[in-house]
Amino acid sequence: MKHTLAVLVENKPGVLTRVAGLFARRGYNIESLAVGPTENPSVSRMTIVVEGDDHTIEQVCKQLHKLIDVIKLSDITQDPHVGRELVLIKVNAEPHVRGEIMQIVEVFRARIVDIARDSLIVEATGDEDKINAIEAALRPFGIRELARTGKIALVRGSRGKVLEADLSEQENVSQTG
Amino acid sequence: MAIGDCGAKSKLTGSQIIIKALQEEGVDTVFGYPGGAVLPLYDELYGAKIRHILTRHEQGAVHAADGYARVSGRPGVCIATSGPGATNLITGITNAFMDSVPLVVLTGQVGVGMIGRDSFQEADITGITMPITKHNFLVRDVNELAGIMHEAFYIATTGRPGPVVVDIPKDITTQTAVVERYPPPLNLRGYRVCREPHPLQILQAARSIARAERPLLFAGGGVITSGAHEELKALAEKQDIPVIITMMGKGAFPEDHPLFVGMVGMHGTVAANYAVGECDLLIGIGVRFDDRVTGKLDKFASKARIIHIDIDAAEIGKNVPAHIPIVGDARLALRALLDNLPRPAVHPDWRARIRAWQEEHPLHYDRNCGLKPQWVIEELHRLTGGEAIVSTDVGQHQMWAVQYYPVKRPRSFISSGGLGAMGFGVPAAMGAQLARPEATVVAITGDGSFQMNSQELATISFYRLPVKIILLDNGYLGMVRQWQEFFFDRRYSYSDLAAGNPDFVKLAEAYGVPAVRVTEVSQLTEALETALEHKGPFLVDVKVDREENVLPMVPPGAHLREMIVGG
Ligand SMILES: Cc1ncc(C[n+]2csc(CCOP(=O)(O)OP(=O)(O)O)c2C)c(N)n1
Ligand SMILES: [Mg+2]
Repeated sequence: MKHTLAVLVENKPGVLTRVAGLFARRGYNIESLAVGPTENPSVSRMTIVVEGDDHTIEQVCKQLHKLIDVIKLSDITQDPHVGRELVLIKVNAEPHVRGEIMQIVEVFRARIVDIARDSLIVEATGDEDKINAIEAALRPFGIRELARTGKIALVRGSRGKVLEADLSEQENVSQTG
Repeated sequence: MAIGDCGAKSKLTGSQIIIKALQEEGVDTVFGYPGGAVLPLYDELYGAKIRHILTRHEQGAVHAADGYARVSGRPGVCIATSGPGATNLITGITNAFMDSVPLVVLTGQVGVGMIGRDSFQEADITGITMPITKHNFLVRDVNELAGIMHEAFYIATTGRPGPVVVDIPKDITTQTAVVERYPPPLNLRGYRVCREPHPLQILQAARSIARAERPLLFAGGGVITSGAHEELKALAEKQDIPVIITMMGKGAFPEDHPLFVGMVGMHGTVAANYAVGECDLLIGIGVRFDDRVTGKLDKFASKARIIHIDIDAAEIGKNVPAHIPIVGDARLALRALLDNLPRPAVHPDWRARIRAWQEEHPLHYDRNCGLKPQWVIEELHRLTGGEAIVSTDVGQHQMWAVQYYPVKRPRSFISSGGLGAMGFGVPAAMGAQLARPEATVVAITGDGSFQMNSQELATISFYRLPVKIILLDNGYLGMVRQWQEFFFDRRYSYSDLAAGNPDFVKLAEAYGVPAVRVTEVSQLTEALETALEHKGPFLVDVKVDREENVLPMVPPGAHLREMIVGG
């Protein structure tokens, strides 16, 4: 089963390597990994989608926890969360099929962000199912290039606040300890 | 020398900060080897109040620091230059990582501006050591150096200990920074150590222990690391629970104790391996259920509920599912268990069964023919009263040392466990001797292993370290030969060393280390006595029976019950 892990890490050089290296060396399967800064410049957020049975996922989490640069980690798979991915698709678009493509784009609430003589770039965001669906819908026209960001996610509701509160609490602890 | 700025805060160079940090951390001895990138640091070491031991290979330095740490319980420190100096440390760092030994490893690096350009003697040592360290640092700013040094010692020595590498670019060692005070505050919000075991888990464990009919304590290196041996003994005695150990747990429980059963695993005793199979409660403490210990997993402790106590949560459930997981410090957990088990217990039937296995299948070898390696160890044990600090190399001699040199105390037997790195024994003995100058330190080695770090005879000789090297010289990579005998139709492919071996006595003497050769049974005792009575280092080259095997043996991947016991 696929699990989504929300991981807050130190925003320092080499942290991505530590995480990626851990997955590679212990043979865990990363489906996707997205990383970027957060509202706190010293912290980055990673969203990792990993495939595995419960035992594997438990090990993944415990091993990630052991990395000194991992500040906080939660498996949010079962929590209500908003998960999004962004895709850019460069699709063949001779003038006579453009109308059809634009209809598809409309249905998926996607956007056309570039037009060339015989191709278009479509931008879409959504959960994995939607991204897969738009990709499938555009495939018959001929996809030239495609780039996906991998999933990013936040837990719904106010729990995020708690996360941040936790974080500053930990900061205090380590300052005094 | 601090550069005083007329009443302003004094500035220290990076090298001075490192020395100051080492002193503040209580380091009295470091092991190392100089080179271009660490020249400013070595210049600062010249005349510093820290003793620096110059080994003859960086691997010698890191194994010596490891031996020092295992015997003293304090972190070991070693220094190497960038590039080849640093890469020569890799085996030693991995060894410390696998056996959870606290090390702080300082490596030189090319200047900050030269990093990433394949500069002379540049190696990406933080990249290389990522999977084999508890953590590592590349210092990019001299102002961070003091903080990083403190964090390195803190991480290396707390929780589950391990090696930490601090990679220090050359220019950082000459730049200056103000160090207000040492230690600076820690900045480790992602590092938490859970020492206190959960009371409910303890309660559950205590209930299981009280109910068990055939309980078995199973002690590993974590018992020694946490200093939990007294508590282990108290629990075993009060609840009348027999004890088995892993190799890393050797010393965690006195081997002459009536509750001691033996080492478990591939070359464990029959009684210990049977006991695991028959117990109804296995209490693992500071163990990681390594495959050399468990044999085939599906039948390991198959009749037992398992309590697993470990400071590292990731060890629990990794190889063997635990019915009662307890994350925490072994000593605190055992104390809590003792508090929750006020009533003593007895298990006479269980003890009798184990005793019967012990009597029926004692360790044995043929004492009547030839110069047996097992007997060499037994004699050594007799002559040292079992009181020596023993380090071993890796191979058959290592297993015989485990089997025939019973110890009573923690930190008195050190060996490369998880990595099984030949070459560990002699440099580790040097570190042990420096940690315990008054103790008798014996390195039990093999002709193969010894040659992996025999250059350290120079270090031993130069510093007059009175290490006794007992070389069980079978002219073979004996353990390899044994596997070839058992599993490859005696096709001894590239495992015979005899023709190429040097004259070990002459070799030692060339370094100024006195040595004797033993070729007859009648010569052994006197040779060992001479070595032990000699004030300085000594080497005894014992030409043992060449094709002796280590028994019992559980073939790799077999169940613990399926032992080759031999005739
Ligand atoms: C660095 C290293 N290389 C290879 C091995 C594989 N190995 C394990 S035991 C052994 C033989 C050791 O020979 P020796 O030191 O003479 O000990 P003996 O088994 O003969 O007592 C070898 C080659 C190892 N453990 N470590
Ligand atoms: Mg040999």
